[in-house]
Amino acid sequence: MSLAELICPAGTPAALRTAVDAGADAVYCGFQDATNARNFPGLNFTPDELAEAVTYAHARGTKVLLALNTYPPAGKVDLWRQAADTGARLGVDAFIVADMGVADYIARTHPGVRLHLSVQAAASSPEAIRYYCEHFGVRRVVLPRILTIPEIRQIKREIPCEIETFIFGNHGLMVEGRCSLTNYLTGQSTNMDGVCSPASDVEYARHEDGSMSSQLAGFTIDRFGPEEKAGYPTICKGRYTAPHRPEGYYAFEEPVSLNLSRLLPELIDAGVHAFKIEGRQRSKSYVRGVVRAFRAAVDDIRAGREANMADLVALTEGQKQTQGAFETKKWR
Amino acid sequence: MAVTEMTTKLTLGPIAYHWPAERRRDFYARIADEAPVDEVYLGEVICSKRAPFHEGELPEIIERLERAGKTVIVSTLAEVMLKRERKATDDLAVMDTPEIEVNNAAGLYARGRRPHRIGPFMNAYNEATIAWMAGQGATHVCLPTELPAEAIAVAAAAARDEGLGVEVQVFGRASLAVSARCYHARAHGRTKDNCRFVCEDDPDGMPLRTRDDAPILRVNGIQTQSESYVDLLPEADRLVADGVTHLRLMPQDVDMVAVAGVFRDVLDGALPVDEADGRLGVLSGAVNLSNGFYHGAAGYRRIAMAART
Repeated sequence: MSLAELICPAGTPAALRTAVDAGADAVYCGFQDATNARNFPGLNFTPDELAEAVTYAHARGTKVLLALNTYPPAGKVDLWRQAADTGARLGVDAFIVADMGVADYIARTHPGVRLHLSVQAAASSPEAIRYYCEHFGVRRVVLPRILTIPEIRQIKREIPCEIETFIFGNHGLMVEGRCSLTNYLTGQSTNMDGVCSPASDVEYARHEDGSMSSQLAGFTIDRFGPEEKAGYPTICKGRYTAPHRPEGYYAFEEPVSLNLSRLLPELIDAGVHAFKIEGRQRSKSYVRGVVRAFRAAVDDIRAGREANMADLVALTEGQKQTQGAFETKKWR
Repeated sequence: MAVTEMTTKLTLGPIAYHWPAERRRDFYARIADEAPVDEVYLGEVICSKRAPFHEGELPEIIERLERAGKTVIVSTLAEVMLKRERKATDDLAVMDTPEIEVNNAAGLYARGRRPHRIGPFMNAYNEATIAWMAGQGATHVCLPTELPAEAIAVAAAAARDEGLGVEVQVFGRASLAVSARCYHARAHGRTKDNCRFVCEDDPDGMPLRTRDDAPILRVNGIQTQSESYVDLLPEADRLVADGVTHLRLMPQDVDMVAVAGVFRDVLDGALPVDEADGRLGVLSGAVNLSNGFYHGAAGYRRIAMAART
C-alpha cells in the first residue's frame, strides 16, 4: 500500500540503516557537498557509502531518495549533474530537485528515475506545481509548510502528482529556496552552498550578569537570562528589537518544532501521499525513536485503529510544539 | 568598451513597500520627468493585500512614464498561494502590453511561451536554468541578488548567448527572505488577515536590531530585507564588462532621482567612481552600503576599494 508513506531522514549511513530498520518506507539523503540543503560537517554520503546504503535499503523494501535540492551557481552546474549521474548509476529511486536547470538535465538524461519537487522550489499553488509536472515530469511535490489542510485538499484536486508534507521536526519559517539570511550574515549561502546558520560561525558569550548571548558571525541572535536555556542562533528564530518592541521579541517565530501527529488522519483524508520527517542532522537514537513512533501511528491509522500519540508528543523533549499553518491560517 | 557602456540601461525596480497611492503618483511623476532611468518596473510584488490600494492608478502611471520615454514592465507577485494571488498572476500573465516580469512559477505557467522577463525571485542562478527559461520564452533575466561576481559573469555570458537581457540589482536593500507570515502584523500583535496595513508606517522597512543594539534586518510585511543598501556603483564597470546589460535600482526612502543621476554619470564616464560613491553615501543618510554578496562575502559587508581586484 502506497498511501501515507513515511519518508525519513538519513544524515549518515548509520542513521539510514537505523531509519530502515525502524520502518521507514523511504529514506532521503545527500552527498557530502553543496548539492543538497543539509551540507553540514560530518553529515551525508560518499558515493561508496550511498551504494551500500541503496543495497541495504532495497534489500529491506525501502526506497532511497537523493536530495539534489540546492541551486547551482553559474559555472558550477557540473557538480550537480555528476551527482545526478552517480545517483542514477547507484539506483536511487528518486531525485529531489529544486533548480529548473537540474530538473531539466535529469528529465532528459535519466528519464527512468522519478523526480520529486523539493520544498526548496517553493511551489505553493496548483499552477506552480503543474509547471514542474508538465515540463519535467515531476511525480511528487513536497509542499511548503505554509498551507492549511483545506488548502492542501484543494491543491490535490488540481494537480497531477503526489503530495508529500512535512509532519515533524524543525519548523522553517521562510519560504524555502528564497532565503539568503545566512549568506547575509556569514557569506555562506543556503541556496548555493546548502548551509543554514552554520555551526562554524556560532559562538556563545557569557556576560557578567550571568546572561548568555548566542551569536552567529558576531551578530547576537538572542540573549538569554541566567535561568534560561540558551538556544541555537538560527537567524529566523532569534529575538530582536523593533522601534515599538524595545523589550526584544521573536520577530519571526519562537523556537518551536513542528508536530502534526494529531493531524495525520486529516492529512491522509486531504490527499497527502507521503509524510516527511525532518532531521538529517539528528542523532541515530532520535531517528530511531521518531521513525518507530510514526511507523506505529501510521500503521494504526491505516488499520482503522486509534493511534497512540503520546509517544510522539513526548519526542519533542519538552520543546514547544506547533501545528503551524496546517491548523489555522491565523498562523500567518 | 565605450560603446557597450553607452547601451547599459538603468532600471528602477518595483517599490517593495506599502507607499500610499498619492506618494507613488508623485514619485513616478518625478521619475518620469527627472530620473535618467530607461526602464521602470511597476506592480505589487510583496503582498497581494496591498494591490487594491494602487492598482487603480497603474494605467495613469504607465502612461506618464511611457510618455517620458521610459519602458514600463509590470512585475508579478513573488508568492502565489491564495485565490486572489492566483487570479492576479493569471490576469497579468495574459496581458500583451506592457511587458511582464514573472516572479513565481505560477506566473510562468500562466504565461506559457509568450515573451516575459524573469524576476529576481525566480532563482535563475545558472546557465542551465537560464537556457531552459530562454527556451520557454524568457527575453530577459534578473539574476539573484546573492550571486557572486564569478557566477554573474558566467550567467551573463550564457544569457547573452541566448539573446536575453541580463539585469543585476546595484542599489537598495536586498530581499533576504519571504514568508507566508506577515512580520509587520506580528510585530503589532496582529495576523496577516487583520493587519490593518501597519506596514504603511515604514516607507523604508521596519528596522530590527539585535539585543545588543546593532542594526541587522528590515521587515517589510512578509519580506525580510537587508539592513544595508546594496551598492555596486564601484563594480558597475566590471558588471558591464562581464555582459550585464541592465542595472537595477530598488526604490528606497531617499532621493531616487539623485541616486539614478549618480549611477548614470558613472556609466557615462562623467563622474569619477570615488566621488560618485561618496555622493551615494550622502544620499543614503545613516544607512550602511554593502557589496558583500558580489564579492562572495557576507552580504552586509562593505569590501573596500583597495581589497577589490
